[in-house]
Amino acid sequence: MSCAPLPHPPDANVANLRQGQAVPASPATLMEVFPDTSVDASATGFVLLQIPRKGGPILWAQDRLSRYQAGQPCLAGLGTSLPVLHAELKRPADVLWALEEGLRCSALSGVIGEIWGDPAALDFTATKRLAMRAEASGVPVWLIRRSCVPNLSAARERWRIAAMPSSRHPDDAQAPGQPRWRLELFRSRWRKPGVWVASYDRKTRRLRLSDQLSDGSMADHDETFGQSAVG
Amino acid sequence: MKRSGKALWDDIPFVLTREGHHGEVVHAANAPARALGMARDARLVDMRALCPDLRAQPADPRGDHEALKKLVFWARRWCPWSAIDGEDGFVLDTTGADHLWGGEVAMLADMEARLSVTGLSVRLAIAPTWGAAWALARYGQHDHEVCDSDDIAARLAPLPVSALRLDHKTLLLLRRLGLKTIGMLAGVPRLSLARRFSRAELQANPLLRLDQVTGDMAEPISGPKEAPRFLAVSRLLEPIQDPTSYLPALSEDVCAKLDAQGWGARRLCLRIYRTDGEVRVLNTATSSPSRDAGHLVRLFDGKLERLDPGFGFDLVTLEASVAEPMGVAQPRLDEPAQEDVHLSRLLDRLTARFGMGAVTWPRARESHIPERAQGHVTALGNNPDPIAQAPRTRPLRLLDPPEPVGVLYAVPEGPPAQFVWRRQVHRIARHQGPERIAPEWWRTRSGTRLRDYYCVEDDSGRRFWLYREGLPDDGRGGDPYWYLHGMFA
Repeated sequence: MSCAPLPHPPDANVANLRQGQAVPASPATLMEVFPDTSVDASATGFVLLQIPRKGGPILWAQDRLSRYQAGQPCLAGLGTSLPVLHAELKRPADVLWALEEGLRCSALSGVIGEIWGDPAALDFTATKRLAMRAEASGVPVWLIRRSCVPNLSAARERWRIAAMPSSRHPDDAQAPGQPRWRLELFRSRWRKPGVWVASYDRKTRRLRLSDQLSDGSMADHDETFGQSAVG
Repeated sequence: MKRSGKALWDDIPFVLTREGHHGEVVHAANAPARALGMARDARLVDMRALCPDLRAQPADPRGDHEALKKLVFWARRWCPWSAIDGEDGFVLDTTGADHLWGGEVAMLADMEARLSVTGLSVRLAIAPTWGAAWALARYGQHDHEVCDSDDIAARLAPLPVSALRLDHKTLLLLRRLGLKTIGMLAGVPRLSLARRFSRAELQANPLLRLDQVTGDMAEPISGPKEAPRFLAVSRLLEPIQDPTSYLPALSEDVCAKLDAQGWGARRLCLRIYRTDGEVRVLNTATSSPSRDAGHLVRLFDGKLERLDPGFGFDLVTLEASVAEPMGVAQPRLDEPAQEDVHLSRLLDRLTARFGMGAVTWPRARESHIPERAQGHVTALGNNPDPIAQAPRTRPLRLLDPPEPVGVLYAVPEGPPAQFVWRRQVHRIARHQGPERIAPEWWRTRSGTRLRDYYCVEDDSGRRFWLYREGLPDDGRGGDPYWYLHGMFA
């Protein structure tokens, strides 16, 4: 099999992420997200924001362990206007099968798969199949992988995402404010990897890479964010 | 044709009952009960007074109607036109069909023999008109009545006027007028009847009914059209174990039949007939009518392994057990060939593989209890609802069921300070709440405790949704328990 050319040339849409900018919607290919801890929902929030709002439904497939350990999507809190097609499956192989079937249907806005651990079914070939199928159909697919080792994969982008202490609540000092996440892009085919702090505005549903840290505790590290390329 | 009781109780009084305005009334009675004077619409308690050891069972009119609908199509073995006639009979247009059965009498005998095999007691009549046959079958002297066109008037004259298919009001009127039999009614001058009933509907017009009986007014039979059956059969020379290789040809066969009629399959049924006489069945369904052979084959992916072939099978059938008319959409001529699939096909495949319950559209429901506010409807055959924004902040993920956590909090009703969940200690840095959600008293058991929800953030920034179930002094249990219900982004 000949190696496919770069599916999306690094145009303006996938240019390097800069601080103070909004994060653009993801290109149509396979991306992997590794939550920092398995109970952290910030990765789910990030993935939902990255799905382009085409109007079609989102296929959301979960295996059994993901469902029990990390919960189900809650309709009232998703914050997306797209309908969600929820598939409650048992094995990781079923999830991969459902994702591949979903990628044949270009009416979908996006496909989200949640897989727990490092199952044998999720090898390099499986991820390669997903990536090529996503690029052929133009539907982005996000794999959320918990409690696993990020080993060999054909994902075009790999993110590691953790929750950070939220910004100050404007009315209540005791209450959590806007969520903030630590985004680490540790492998990308077309972007410069880096680490950013992103703040998410629930009302406008926009994710902005912070250039100012409101509580000042990380102001010292502000220079290093965006520069500390890892991979 | 009368529906009477089971053959088991043919010799003791037995009635079927339905709900009337003042208790149960008789819906139908068998011959011994009718001999005791039990009529339709009589009250059951009165009939029990008449006959203390009367057996009664509730009637099932809808089931009877469904059975009758099937029986009507089955009766087309004798002639090509048949229709339901009232709630307890059907009519056959046997014009030109009786000689195939050796005459009318032989045909009636064949009908009685075959219907009695199915456990039905019947009353049959053949007459030149629908009206005359109706009257003779229900009010004739014998179970078999054959009437020629010449002696319609003579045979019907002694029958009561209720044999004319008239409604109750008209029957009452005729009885008050002293017209008891059809013969008496036919003796009244036609002009008088026409003047009296000039504007009456067919059911209330004795003159029109009389004309229908005698054949002066035509009454054609319009029978329902039988739904087409789409079945493909593959007979094998030798018993085999695996039907996979036969499935594409069967599917194409079924799809060609569907295509010829302009129909599409909604449910498919694959049957294998094993050599030991067993039949194994596989069912699958589609969310919208389809006659794409490749798509229908794919719906059986992963299911054929579960089919137990035993020592092999020598007959495979594929049937579109439920089909619907389906229009033809012309795709663009210059459209490139692509393997893109429509959303409905994606739903079909996922549902066929994982089952109806696994592939769902989450749907918002009217409830304040978080786990009850979200329902699931099967994706097959349903459309997604537009997602309405929740008025309050809700977490992104919900745990089902909520998991108990050990919480340090300011008693009795203070906010949480620290909790232990899955053997990890989370120190709470910030909190918001409580949001109190009272139990739904109209739905839950008494003693269900209220919930105070807190949105908390631990020292590493993870945001959770905790709730305390109950208050210490609410009298519904001891100390309140804490649960973790969801995670915020």
